[in-house]
Formats: sequence, structure tokens, C-alpha cells
Amino acid sequence: MMLDLFDFYDKMERNNILLSFKGDITSDLLTSILQIMESKMDNFQEEPKTKKKVYNVLVECLQNLYHHMDEAPVDSGENGRSAIFMIGKLDGAYNVITGNYILNENVTGLKSRLDEVNSLTKEELKDYYKQILNNGEMSLKGGGGLGMVDIARKTGQKLHYTFQPIDEKVSFFSLNIKVTLNQ
Amino acid sequence: MEKFTLEGTPKTPTINFDLGSGVLEIKGRSIPENSIEFYKPLVDNLEKYGLSPKPATTVNVQLEYFNTSSSKCILDVFKKLEAIHKGGSSVTINWHYEEDDEDMLEAGEDYQAIISVPFKMVQVAE
Repeated sequence: MMLDLFDFYDKMERNNILLSFKGDITSDLLTSILQIMESKMDNFQEEPKTKKKVYNVLVECLQNLYHHMDEAPVDSGENGRSAIFMIGKLDGAYNVITGNYILNENVTGLKSRLDEVNSLTKEELKDYYKQILNNGEMSLKGGGGLGMVDIARKTGQKLHYTFQPIDEKVSFFSLNIKVTLNQ
Repeated sequence: MEKFTLEGTPKTPTINFDLGSGVLEIKGRSIPENSIEFYKPLVDNLEKYGLSPKPATTVNVQLEYFNTSSSKCILDVFKKLEAIHKGGSSVTINWHYEEDDEDMLEAGEDYQAIISVPFKMVQVAE
């Protein structure tokens, strides 16, 4: 296969992608990405409030990927532990887009959780967050479902997602989070 | 007197717990991938301190960022403090937030609603 690199470049340029990565998501990688994004936002002279919001959302989105790297197709070889993310700034908003494999058996559960979060108002999200925080089971992997609620609360936006069926074992889950400036 | 301290890193906060004077300080960023592992020593020390706490315990929390994985662990820390408060040592939690950081103020208020310990919301300059 011959990659048309300019086509990649052009699409990323037109979508104002600041940073993108495809591959294994490690703890060290996330540390570096967060540092890069902090200095980029400093260069853009973003308000502290904006910087904090984008940073928080980035942490949740990227750590979500980190914790769900194990759901790759069994026979995918070297690319097994692989995910993709892009961070862009377009029309006065930061966009964090992530994509990763998910086992088909987990699609329904995740979809209903996302739909539930999307159905809640700001006040309901606050109550839901406290409820999970206080009663929810904490998994070793993360906040036991707090991440998505936190993202929805902090951005005040709906979570845009798609599930693309790949084969009988896995689907590809993509999530697009928008952080609007000066909200 | 006995102290428990942890140096801060880009992903974990500085922790200073002076068990002799009953002052606990948590400061910086708390965004580790594995929060349970990070907070366990602090929770253990609080348990030990709770066996014979000082008459007053002061807790200063000044976090710039924390992830949802830390939020549950921070609640566990506060639950230990709640037990100490109920046991007779008067505990105060000073929750610091930078002016303009409504999310951090709200996060403090979330904890205040859950934990029966006096909270003080302290605004600091950016």
C-alpha cells in the first residue's frame, strides 16, 4: 500500500490538528503529550480557565484510552495494542478525538452509559457524579465510569461517539469531545 | 516527631503529613494512571494517626488538577478524616482553589456534600 502523505497532511492541516498519535498508549507517552499540550496552550496565550478545562478533558480522554488498550483484536499482531488520538483547535474550540478497539460484547454497555450521560442536565450530571463517587465501585483501572460524567460536566457538551463494526470480535469506538472557549 | 512525606511529580502531588502536629498538606497535581497505588501509603498513615490523633487536625488541599481516578482515592482520604473527626479530634479541611477555577470549587463542594467534616473554601490568586 502506498500512503499519500500529502493527503494526510492536507486533511490534518484543514482540520487544524495540533497533535496526533497512533500506537501503543503508555504512561510516559501521556506525560509527554500533556507537557506538549500545556506549552502549546501557553504559546497560544490561552486563558488559565481554558487551559485548565482542556487539560482536564485531555487527561480523562487519554487515560481512558490507556486503560482500554487491552481490547484489541486477538490476531492483530504487532498493532494489537494500538489506539489513535488527535487534538485540534478549530472555530474557537478544542477538539479531542480518540479511537480504539472495543470488544463487541462491551459495546451495548458502553453505549447505554454514554447515552445516559448525554440525557442528563447539568444539575443531574452533578448528582450522578456524586452518586458514583460515593457509592460506585472503583476499579483498578480508573474511576469506575466517572470519566465520561466528568467530561460531560466540564465541557457542558454532549459526548459524540460512533461504533464501527470491524469483525465478529471487535468494533472501533471513536469519541469526539469539544471544549468550547469562553463558555 | 513522625512525618510522612512524598515529593511531587508531574502526575502526583506533594504530600506532607506531620503526624506529630496533626497537619496534612496535599499540593500539586494528582493525575496518576493508578491512583489506588499512589494513595495507599497516605491512607495507611491516616489509619495509624487515627489510633491516637491530636486534639485538632488541619488538612490543606491545594490541587491544580486531579483526575477522576484520584477523586475516589481523595474521598477515601476524607472518609478516614471523617472517622477521626467523629472520634474526637476536630478536623478542618481547607480546600484551596484558584480564582476563576469554578470546576475546582465545585469539586470541593461535591466533597463537602458527602463528608461530615467542616470544609473551608479558600480562594487563592492564580
